[in-house]
Amino acid sequence: MVDYNILLGGEAGQGMNTVGGVLEKIFTRTGYYIFATKDYMSRIRGGHNFNCIRISDEPIYTHRESIDMLIAFNEETIELHEKHLLKDGLVIDEKAYPFKELAKEIGNIKVIGTVMVGAVIKMLGLSTDIAEGVLKEYFSGDILRMNISALEKGYDLVDKKVTLPSVAAPKKTITLNGNQAVGLGALAAGCKFFSGYPMTPGTGIMNYIAAKQHELGIVVEQSEDEIAALNMVIGASYAGVRAMTSTSGGGYSLMVEAVGLSGIIETPAVIANVQRPGPATGLPTRTAQGDLHFVLYASQDEIPRMVIALRSVEEAFYQTIRAFNLADKYQIPVTILSDQYLADAQTTILPYDFSAVKIEKHLADVQGIGKERYKRYKITEDGISPRIIPGKIPGQVVMVDSDEHDEYGHIIESDTERIQMMDKRMQKIETLKSDIQEPWYVGSEKPETLIVGWGSTYCVIKTVIEALEKQGKSIGALIYGDVCPLPVALFNDYAANANNIIAVEGNYSGQLADLIQQKTCIPIKIRLTKYDGRAWGYEELQAKIQEVL
Amino acid sequence: MEANHNRFNKCSETAWCPGCGNFGILNALEKALNELGLLPHEVVICAGIGQAAKTPQYINANGFNGLHGRALPPATGIKIANKHLKVIVNSGEGDSYGEGGNHFMHTIRRNIDIAHFVHNNQIYGLTKGQASPTSDMGFATGIQTQGVVTEPLNPIALAITLGASFVARSFSGDAEHLKKVMKEAIMHNGYALVDILQPCISFNKVNTFKYYKERVYHLEETYDATDKQKAFKRAQEWGDKIPMGIFYKQKKPTYTECVDCLKKGPALVDTTEDLEKIEKFMDEFC
Repeated sequence: MVDYNILLGGEAGQGMNTVGGVLEKIFTRTGYYIFATKDYMSRIRGGHNFNCIRISDEPIYTHRESIDMLIAFNEETIELHEKHLLKDGLVIDEKAYPFKELAKEIGNIKVIGTVMVGAVIKMLGLSTDIAEGVLKEYFSGDILRMNISALEKGYDLVDKKVTLPSVAAPKKTITLNGNQAVGLGALAAGCKFFSGYPMTPGTGIMNYIAAKQHELGIVVEQSEDEIAALNMVIGASYAGVRAMTSTSGGGYSLMVEAVGLSGIIETPAVIANVQRPGPATGLPTRTAQGDLHFVLYASQDEIPRMVIALRSVEEAFYQTIRAFNLADKYQIPVTILSDQYLADAQTTILPYDFSAVKIEKHLADVQGIGKERYKRYKITEDGISPRIIPGKIPGQVVMVDSDEHDEYGHIIESDTERIQMMDKRMQKIETLKSDIQEPWYVGSEKPETLIVGWGSTYCVIKTVIEALEKQGKSIGALIYGDVCPLPVALFNDYAANANNIIAVEGNYSGQLADLIQQKTCIPIKIRLTKYDGRAWGYEELQAKIQEVL
Repeated sequence: MEANHNRFNKCSETAWCPGCGNFGILNALEKALNELGLLPHEVVICAGIGQAAKTPQYINANGFNGLHGRALPPATGIKIANKHLKVIVNSGEGDSYGEGGNHFMHTIRRNIDIAHFVHNNQIYGLTKGQASPTSDMGFATGIQTQGVVTEPLNPIALAITLGASFVARSFSGDAEHLKKVMKEAIMHNGYALVDILQPCISFNKVNTFKYYKERVYHLEETYDATDKQKAFKRAQEWGDKIPMGIFYKQKKPTYTECVDCLKKGPALVDTTEDLEKIEKFMDEFC
């Protein structure tokens, strides 16, 4: 298997993202799969930022710490990352090659990045054809000519150092990050209104949808705050339009009351919380899994809700569509939990299967509600009341109320009606359980050691499990996507045979472990938690697991 | 359509105190909607929380009784989703100018086509008598025991300054005037604010029905509502004489007219998904 890891480092504003972006396109169009991460600071200029591009001839879903090639835009990059450079690793920097001089010769210092791209592809034994094609998408006219000349000069400057085995039969692939996957999923689900307030790392979803708004004839509104964002979404949803918002933990904090509103007025809402370390401002551009407990309970009192954690770029698309369908079916708020790592990681995957996309709005028609005065909150066995939207059926009006209400949506204070409505709403959790997906399992058949994790740690856990199994360990992992309501059947099965249960999480206390304990009464004592704002690397996680085994 | 039939009457028992200014406002609203020839399913009444915000409960129309201070954002979402609905917000001054102050500012900036009727009694009724954003200085309550020390918010002047396209004041005790202004506000293309003075008979012993009755007067028939400077000047009048009527009105593009797909296309709720087009977006990731 090809496994080559490149790190590009420098200050913000030095053009690293452009060089990285061009290289990523060259690799994927050559037929490789990539997994590319960005490690950036909360500033527009300066600081130390770096991108990693890991290349393989098979799908890969996680980063690697050890580096094969270090592309340094400044000296600091070498100081900080040299320790991870492999013995025969390559360093590409101004000291080794006169990139700046060549760029000046061409007549524009800005083409320095393209000179570097030329050098990199030569070293890796790739041709310039695909690179030229990529440059043509970025530039035109004189600037393009200069860049192509820069590419050639860079190419001629160095010798071939490595031979990346070529990919025999390249498949059609797409390379995108978690935020783009959620955005594309939302569009495919028929989301026509998006309201949000920018907050890193959740803004990418809004950016993606906004870029398509004109072409699709949908509306993106930047709201005055996150309170307005979710309230607007709920208003649009009440009026029959699929709507969503995205944010990070701080914005979600402002949305909390409206999450409860969606619950009590039984109006669907989809909210993406792309986690970063908190509380308050925390570490804006870093990653975490610290908001699980928060989103499970956000709102006073109790409401039916669903929480889906995203495990990969691949499923982010399908789970976003599922979030819209289930929000409509159960008339509840559905929270999608992502994180900065997944949101920003470019991953090469097979194209999404659009023939599998189904939009199920679960709206009632005239026949469905009968001729009597419409009861928005009609008591039913499964807790779901036939839903219509305002303005569509003459003679019928739709009343929703954040006060406790009767079946018509009219404010009440009677104890019996209160109990009836609470029971009806909470019944939906029971009904919803039939749609809940068990966690994914990877590993040995009856593992002695059972790992539990959730969300984006799926890929790193999977990689570690495969490695430990090869060493002859009896080990397996359950990685949760649906976390609320929590499915427990698979866990109970595997836990019955396991000697050790270990939780792996990106938070301080082991929030999933607490949740599983609460729902199954099976204790999880060993908890490997990481809360430094960085994602687990597989080398690091493997060492930690071996330590406790 | 029968001329005198009140299509919006719900005949519900209300939680308002007998003699509350809200009754006059509700009656005027029902009359305005009837006279405009609207049907209950075409109208959405939005509210936050408070005594005034119970209006959607007592009228036969679509209703959205949301969170305290948050009447305007869902109203905005509803109008964006279905531009054919008549969206009206009825809420108190605490809801509109206090808890929801930020939304007030930004809804004016959007100039979205909704009518905003603020029931302004200069006190918090539902929580039993605390100062509101429009309580006069010196007004003593159980909380502001030495009297209010913060300056009252002037909603008329504020809305004019922020560029609102329709700014008016009326009084719950002047049924004919209120109904007329409401009709104009509902028909106005854009965001329309009507600040409606109303007595709170239970908790406000200063700004009573008599207090307002003695002070309010109609802006002159010759008054030019298109002059922003003059409108701002007249908005400063408060105290012994309180002017009522449309202070300022201007034609300007609404949110719906500025967003291309809303302007040219059908209502968002009536559009279909183009999955083939969306599938092609994947090409950008190749």
